[in-house]
Amino acid sequence: MTAQQIYEAVELCASRRHGVRDVEVHWRSGSESLTRFANNAIHQNVSETSHALSVRIVIGKRTARASTNRVDLAGIERCVEQAVALTKAMAIDEELLPLYEPVEAVYPAVDRFDEPTAECSPEARARAVAEAIRIVEEHGQTAAGIYSTEHLTETVCNSRGIRAMHRETMARFSITAMASDSSGWAKASAVRSADLDPAALARSAASKARASANPGEIDAAPYTVILEPSAVLDFVGQIMPDFSATSLADQRSFLTGRLGKPLFHPMIAIADDVTHPLQCGSPFDGEGVPRRIVPLVEAGVPKAVVYSRGAAAKASAAPTGHGLELPNDAGETPENIVIAGGTSSVEEMVASTERGVLVTRLWYIREVDPYDKIMTGMTRDGTFLVENGKVTCGLRNFRFNQSVLEALANVEMLGPAVRASGEETFDMVVPAMKIRGFGFTEVTRF
Amino acid sequence: MPRDYALQALDTALRPGVTYADVRVIESKDRSLSTKNGRAGTASSTEQLGLGIRVIADGCWGFAATDDLTKAGIDAAAHLAIGIARSGALAKKHDVELAGEDAHQAVWTSKCEIDPFAVPVEAQFAHLLDIDRELRRRKGITMAEGSMQFTRTRQIFASSIGSFIDQTRTVSGAGYSAYSFQNDEIQKRSYPTSFGGQYQQQGYEMVRELDMLLHAPRIAEETLALHAADQCPEGVFNLILESSQLGLQIHESIGHPIELDRVLGSEANYAGMSFLTLDQLNRLRYGSDIVNVVCDATESHGPGLGTFAFDDEGVPAQCVDIIRNGEFRGYMTSRETAAAVGATRSNGTMRAAGWDRLPLIRMTNVSLIPGKQKLAEVFDVDHGIYMETNKSWSIDDKRYNFQFGCEIAWEIKNGKRGRMLKNPTYSGISTEFWNSCDAIAGPEHWTLWGIPNCGKGQPEQVMGTGHGASPSRFRNVRVGGGYSE
Repeated sequence: MTAQQIYEAVELCASRRHGVRDVEVHWRSGSESLTRFANNAIHQNVSETSHALSVRIVIGKRTARASTNRVDLAGIERCVEQAVALTKAMAIDEELLPLYEPVEAVYPAVDRFDEPTAECSPEARARAVAEAIRIVEEHGQTAAGIYSTEHLTETVCNSRGIRAMHRETMARFSITAMASDSSGWAKASAVRSADLDPAALARSAASKARASANPGEIDAAPYTVILEPSAVLDFVGQIMPDFSATSLADQRSFLTGRLGKPLFHPMIAIADDVTHPLQCGSPFDGEGVPRRIVPLVEAGVPKAVVYSRGAAAKASAAPTGHGLELPNDAGETPENIVIAGGTSSVEEMVASTERGVLVTRLWYIREVDPYDKIMTGMTRDGTFLVENGKVTCGLRNFRFNQSVLEALANVEMLGPAVRASGEETFDMVVPAMKIRGFGFTEVTRF
Repeated sequence: MPRDYALQALDTALRPGVTYADVRVIESKDRSLSTKNGRAGTASSTEQLGLGIRVIADGCWGFAATDDLTKAGIDAAAHLAIGIARSGALAKKHDVELAGEDAHQAVWTSKCEIDPFAVPVEAQFAHLLDIDRELRRRKGITMAEGSMQFTRTRQIFASSIGSFIDQTRTVSGAGYSAYSFQNDEIQKRSYPTSFGGQYQQQGYEMVRELDMLLHAPRIAEETLALHAADQCPEGVFNLILESSQLGLQIHESIGHPIELDRVLGSEANYAGMSFLTLDQLNRLRYGSDIVNVVCDATESHGPGLGTFAFDDEGVPAQCVDIIRNGEFRGYMTSRETAAAVGATRSNGTMRAAGWDRLPLIRMTNVSLIPGKQKLAEVFDVDHGIYMETNKSWSIDDKRYNFQFGCEIAWEIKNGKRGRMLKNPTYSGISTEFWNSCDAIAGPEHWTLWGIPNCGKGQPEQVMGTGHGASPSRFRNVRVGGGYSE
């Protein structure tokens, strides 16, 4: 069935069988294929095709949701029946808004579907992987990583006239090159698989592993750091969920009492911008509200948060199109982060540093303090000592305990903003950063 | 019907050149409820039915999953799995070989005294809202949240060696937290533990046994008291951990390092590797003499999230020694990896997060065997710190260096609980930490905790694991590094 046919079946079932007029339907269908390699060979190789129908019912001031992947008529009817039953079991919620009506439902135009990526074959992925492995093997190293391609179609429809549809492809390549006592890593993602260069990523990972061989050890202490974009993404990305009106209202955001006050270095500007050419994702939120561009931080001053319809109504503000599927606890979240870049290259940052640490990526980052935004985590896969403007050797990895707020106040240089991929948060557009006084607190054994 | 889907997929997959195939058909339903500040938060139910087909063709693995369970959909998935496997030959070093296993036919259902799906949603919400009201009765509690999660999963496993296994599991989870913002500080307390509370393979009886409402006044009072508490000092201390925090410590510094696929490099690009290289087996002194750890998926261990009759390769549940009297004795293995440690059979730890994911080596119930000490003996130190309830966790990609934060701590002086301490953290090196263990409380204080959110694999799989522990003491542990100046 098409998304429209599924919606019509849901609406018909809700009205005829249950006397319910207000329905919201989410429909997702897609496929993800992933070729995984380790020890210089493909070892896991998978593909998944899936569908998800999710029905939200509104009866007066009550709402609830039921979901299924059974999209024959019987499955749809059962899903509606469960959503209705769950909704009727809910207590009245005086703050619940009616379904969104398309007064201004004009969605930003984004082009994020690439047919060759959607149809990428296992053989094409395997050939790229084989070449990447060959490059790493040439360096006398061992390769591990993934090459994935996926396509997704999502729609939000409701009985008040919302009809929002988005389709997207995504390709990701990640590689770790391992030598006897060192490793290097590189990762990239793009809407078009043709925009990825697995061989170049393999060469980068291998050269990092070679350059960090025979790592030295220096005492854990605050150092000037040069964080490559993936490290910036995974570190700074930890604070982004706090730019939420609901989080602010709940007083669990670090922005409580800080909105409008200088907090970061004046170079820091952060926006949520679904239209950015390096971004991905749908141009509407969980209720079908169009996403707006929201300047979150300007000249180091946090200026705004994102709003769902519900949070906006309570705050007498306008919804920004960042609401999550209802019902939920969290309200909304920014999803298309763009941190403005500068003009300094990583090489220039290194050249300007008397003594510091160059960091490829950060790992296992967790929040130690929710208001000061102290994060702990590890460096990984390419950590280097910088002395007198040059990278002099690889280093054993550090544990850090560092406030993101303090780090963004201590920024000294910014690189150009690029699309970055990591493993600790979703992809964002961020620059490399040079930051003084970054708090390394322990050294591990490798 | 699930049985027919499995047999059709298996039949289609067994083509010339395919040396092994297995199929899992999974039918699941869940209910997710939450409250926040006197209102319902999440209210949703989900049902899924799908199948995953795993094959070895041309010596390589292939896996395809689909929820299109028409004949054409199942056949397409089977052919795709074979095609994917054959593509792997473009980057192959050796043919996959599996350790032997018998064919099994079995039906197994986990214990569930009170069906959580038969308990009215209204009653479940009413219970959460009673707790919410009790937490927010204290002035200064700025946010209260509670949740319940219930899942029932029926899995049919069929393999080309002739196994046909039908297993049904019911999992319940519940818990709550109170938050307070004051003086530029956010404090939080949770019951029975943080990040969603306790999870076990039980019915609604688990929720009733938690007696959540009873503990709400204490949780609210402790949340508020933390603002006035002294900052946890930085230094080296005797450390006593409450059992849920120790469960997570086991998970991170023992459970993950003993995954043999990780040791062999399968996870190197994502979760990382392990300090437990193969030469350490039966040689490494992992912990002190009193440290005994098992990986136990059998029902006799309790209703843990890692309890089952057969794993997702059709291997029977087993209890395996991991650490015996402090010595490192075993890894978690699969049919593919067992030979790497000289074993002729898998010890049964392969599990997948759903029909759409490939089975991986996953912790079952990795538990610290209770000791002989009474609780008062564990606390019997001149000076120490006692920490409760996890707040943050982090460990390096080879599992040497860890750091944990807890919600609350108390100073211990001459065996007695003294002043409250806020923002406690501790850190160390895994083997040094376990070798510093010098007291473990007895079985009367042992709890089998459930961790519902363990991530591993690419695409990532989120899995539940079980960890039994009782309060224990560790000497000379670094404390306070998280707030180091």
